[in-house]
Amino acid sequence: MKKYLFYLAIMCFGGTGDVMLKRGMMDLGPITLKNWSHIFAALLDPWILLGIGCLIGFFYSYLTALSWADLTYVLPATAFGYVIIAMWSRFFLHENISAWRWSGVLLISCGVGLVTRGPSVTRRGAAQEKETQLSMKQMGERHELA
Amino acid sequence: MSSLKLWSAIGLLVMASSAGDVLLSAAMKRIGDLDQLRASKGLFAVVRRVFAEKHFLFGLLSMTVGFFCLLTALSWGDASLVAPASASLTFVCSAVMAKFLLHEDVDHRRWISAALVCIGVALLTK
Repeated sequence: MKKYLFYLAIMCFGGTGDVMLKRGMMDLGPITLKNWSHIFAALLDPWILLGIGCLIGFFYSYLTALSWADLTYVLPATAFGYVIIAMWSRFFLHENISAWRWSGVLLISCGVGLVTRGPSVTRRGAAQEKETQLSMKQMGERHELA
Repeated sequence: MSSLKLWSAIGLLVMASSAGDVLLSAAMKRIGDLDQLRASKGLFAVVRRVFAEKHFLFGLLSMTVGFFCLLTALSWGDASLVAPASASLTFVCSAVMAKFLLHEDVDHRRWISAALVCIGVALLTK
């Protein structure tokens, strides 16, 4: 259960952090080479600070998940952040989401759903474990026959 | 020529990001369960242990290289091409690297999942 909470945190913090940064940069306006020093003003914007907080939460959850699960399991979970971004963009930033994008969201959701139904970590020496179990079973059968 | 330059930057970005992911994953596997470590020794001990891990530092370095490649690629090409192309290719490249470098058991389910996410990310730009 705790592990799923971490996967959920990766999805929510990653996507939400990016959207908060976007919201903060909308207040700030475009940054060009002429006004590059304005980028430092971003660090005072509450939306940007909230976004940075979310991304720190994302990175901590991501590292924690990698400490017990395979990279090829965690990556699709982080990809669900794109879906969160699409949802926030539609309902919070009021952007238009085309049918193509919704189909992209659907495919990513299918990918995440598929991978989470499998094992999260590679079992080291699984073949050896199987061999050991088999030989134990054979030994048990021999004892029963005897 | 400019197209070659752009795709070279995207290629380097994909390699650097994937290498970063693989190195971070290797570092975390060596450290063990971070949440357990935090519960027993506190958050400061976690930060100290993570930053003492060589693989983690190389992973961060790779990700930094990837970030600057992204900025370079964005300055040479459209964001609508660079962002999805790099994100999609990074998924596949990371899966291949995880299989051969981390010896992860990437079964059919994970390959199909990586492909679905890859196509999904590409569709998000339409």
